[in-house]
Amino acid sequence: MSLDSLVEQFKKKDVLAFEQLYAMYSENICSVINTIVKNEGRAQEICQDVFIKIWNSSDSYNASKGRFFTWILNIARNSAIDEIRSRSYKNEKKNLSADFFVGIVERKDETDDGMDTSGLKRLVDNLKEKCLQLIELLYYRGYTQKEAAEELDIPVGTVKTRNRSCISQLRENMERN
Amino acid sequence: MDTQEYISSGILELYVAGALSEKENLEVAAYAEEYPEINDEIIAIEKALLELTKISSTSKPYSFTKLKEGIYKPKQTKVIPLEREKTVWPMYLGWAASLLFAMGLFWSYNQNQNLKSELEAVSQQNSLLEVQIADADASLENTRTLLNTIRDKNIDVVPLAGQTVAPDAYAKVYWNKTEQKVFIDAKGLPEPPDGFVYQIWSLKLSPSLTPTSIGILDTFNEDENKVFALENSNASEAFGITLEPAGGSESPNLEQLYTLGAVSAS
Repeated sequence: MSLDSLVEQFKKKDVLAFEQLYAMYSENICSVINTIVKNEGRAQEICQDVFIKIWNSSDSYNASKGRFFTWILNIARNSAIDEIRSRSYKNEKKNLSADFFVGIVERKDETDDGMDTSGLKRLVDNLKEKCLQLIELLYYRGYTQKEAAEELDIPVGTVKTRNRSCISQLRENMERN
Repeated sequence: MDTQEYISSGILELYVAGALSEKENLEVAAYAEEYPEINDEIIAIEKALLELTKISSTSKPYSFTKLKEGIYKPKQTKVIPLEREKTVWPMYLGWAASLLFAMGLFWSYNQNQNLKSELEAVSQQNSLLEVQIADADASLENTRTLLNTIRDKNIDVVPLAGQTVAPDAYAKVYWNKTEQKVFIDAKGLPEPPDGFVYQIWSLKLSPSLTPTSIGILDTFNEDENKVFALENSNASEAFGITLEPAGGSESPNLEQLYTLGAVSAS
């Protein structure tokens, strides 16, 4: 079954279709949430809530406005960001800042919290720091093109072209692995 | 349209990120449907992102079975405590009930007072009526006695006719010779003026006209029956009634002779 027809069935509240979509995307979504909340247990709970939300609002997905993955990614990012905003973090600023990828590159293979980042490291090995920052802002934080330009203090047009080259580099790395 | 140029602009990467405006999204989606190479490029970009996001962190999702529990779990309805109202309503009811009770009590008290005064009035009226009944009884008894008296076989009836001063006046004398009593029926006499009374005279005609007073009607105005009982031990031949000054006179004032009648020979 193609992705389009799966999504169509899902919109008709077909649980089997939803189960397949869950198998396809749940790891990615939970992972994105965890990079934001940095708490595996909490990330699992939020991830569960996000998929319940997705199921309940299946009617509102419109294929002519974006990819299905983009839609659920957006819901997941908003839920995770709401979570860290509502939590009384001692160093909230640090958690809201886009330092995840940069930090991973700087750290060793086995991080302090026992996370195995070797696969990720291989994937982003030769990516420059400004690429990692941009990818994190656009894909993990949900920044718009304009917001990312302001955050990184670069022209709006540069965001588009730089991101294009960063993602191309990523795709090359994938081919190589 | 140059699809390669469009692809290399980097807009498709932003489309997958969800970083475009609504209008741009619609545009990209429309091109993706029209040009397969654009659609393929989008899928390739998404695949790279799926790879990246999958390995960027290790947060294992729950099983789909567990997710299904969350989907089908009925929404918890908030329980609104009713305790407050529970305590308030009986209180209001209590106040209302006691108010009604107090009003009822006041009303009953008033009714009772009214009945009491009514009862008093009625019992007063009752005793008045009792007096009236006693009076009526006495009056009836008098009338019976009177009736029996004048029906007595020993009675002589002497009609007295009106004289010059009062031609319309009349009276009757019922004379019981054995009991030496007379009953004067003075119904036909006018009321005497103030300071005067009627005086009854027994008359002997022969050998000369000799009047003897047998009494005065000093209760004329008060007596309803206008029947007066008097003693008469005389061998009367006629009876006359004159108007005399209060207290009566020694001898009759014949100018004020109201009625006169002779006893018929028996």
